[in-house]
Amino acid sequence: MALSNVVETPASGFNFENVCRNVALEGLLQGGQTKAPKPMKTGTTIAGVLCKNGVVLGADTRATSGEVVADKMCAKIHYISPNIYCCGAGTAADTEKTTDLLSSNLTIFSMNSGRNPRVVMAVNILQDMLFRYRGQIGASLILGGVDCTGNHLYKVGPYGSIDNVPYLAMGSGDLAALGILEDRFKADMEMEEAKELVRDAIHSGIMSDLGSGNNIDICVITKQGVDYIRPYQESEYKDKRQRRYKYRPGTTSILTEKIVPLELEVVQETVQRMDTA
Amino acid sequence: MNTRGLRSQLKDSVPVTGMGPQVGAYGVQDTLRSGFSSVKNELLPSHALELSEKNFQLNQDKINFSNLRNIQGLHAPLKLQMEYRAARQIQRLPFLQSSHLALDTLKGNDESISFEGILNDPAQSEMMGEPHVMVEYKLGMM
Repeated sequence: MALSNVVETPASGFNFENVCRNVALEGLLQGGQTKAPKPMKTGTTIAGVLCKNGVVLGADTRATSGEVVADKMCAKIHYISPNIYCCGAGTAADTEKTTDLLSSNLTIFSMNSGRNPRVVMAVNILQDMLFRYRGQIGASLILGGVDCTGNHLYKVGPYGSIDNVPYLAMGSGDLAALGILEDRFKADMEMEEAKELVRDAIHSGIMSDLGSGNNIDICVITKQGVDYIRPYQESEYKDKRQRRYKYRPGTTSILTEKIVPLELEVVQETVQRMDTA
Repeated sequence: MNTRGLRSQLKDSVPVTGMGPQVGAYGVQDTLRSGFSSVKNELLPSHALELSEKNFQLNQDKINFSNLRNIQGLHAPLKLQMEYRAARQIQRLPFLQSSHLALDTLKGNDESISFEGILNDPAQSEMMGEPHVMVEYKLGMM
């Protein structure tokens, strides 16, 4: 119904109407000794390494919500364009939506210009977007890709800071992963050696950090194409939960069978013509 | 990048409207439309981004026009602003959905997607305004 206190169409974009209500709710909940539900974070280990023919990106697959593992097979390596992939750490929804928006923008650009986008373009768009929201969007990203100017690896922080180095790690397990990377990184490594190095870095993040765990995903980007290996290595600690609780047909054996035919006789028949004009 | 020239333009940024007490026709709080006034409501902390997002587009335009004026001279922003003004006049009445196609093409918004295009789409807004009230507000008669 039409409201007379609405004088303009509401602006699109973020809506801040509920901020006061949320602040009031926080106060009420603390008094009642309960906490508001925490957003799902990808307390994570992600790493990237530049090698001779391309870029290798790696990530673990655990998503946590407070102290509970929310997703054991979370996909943290997001597709941006056919030659650029991005690992995301931080709030899960933020990384997902930001990388989706970036991918859409780059697709429009590719359609307009007929070329694959460059990694610097992706980094600039991300930087502008994240700085505009002053870090309220909690997305720490590692972008890696191969374009006409070579192989690139960039790190973008939640406030819009960028870093361009040959090896990177981010997330809550980044210190553990960086230890491995600092020790064994060499310039111009072979592809297999780089894959092993990233695997070891993520593994040390999984072992040392509570927020990282489960499987390891690896994504290898070269001039020829992309190899997204999911999972590269499965964790040894798998639980034996039976996911499906439906019984197969034939599980229950049939002991006896009795068929009783139901006899019907036609009592009255009326025909009504349908007018299909 | 979007922050070029930001520092020198900060003094010119557009003042925020709509944040102060809602004044009605006679200069006092319009109780019928906005409810009872309360100082606490105006002093409560709003979100860190509320102010900057309210006028983000206007500030960006101001920065871009200033840069253009410095680089190419006064004629460039004048011509562009004339075109924007012309495009802004071909809209429907305020309570109907207009596509803003000409304005979007001029600004370059038809080739990019941001949160404005995804969240809170005005075409799917759950609240509808009274048509007479909205037209009166637009014409400044309220």
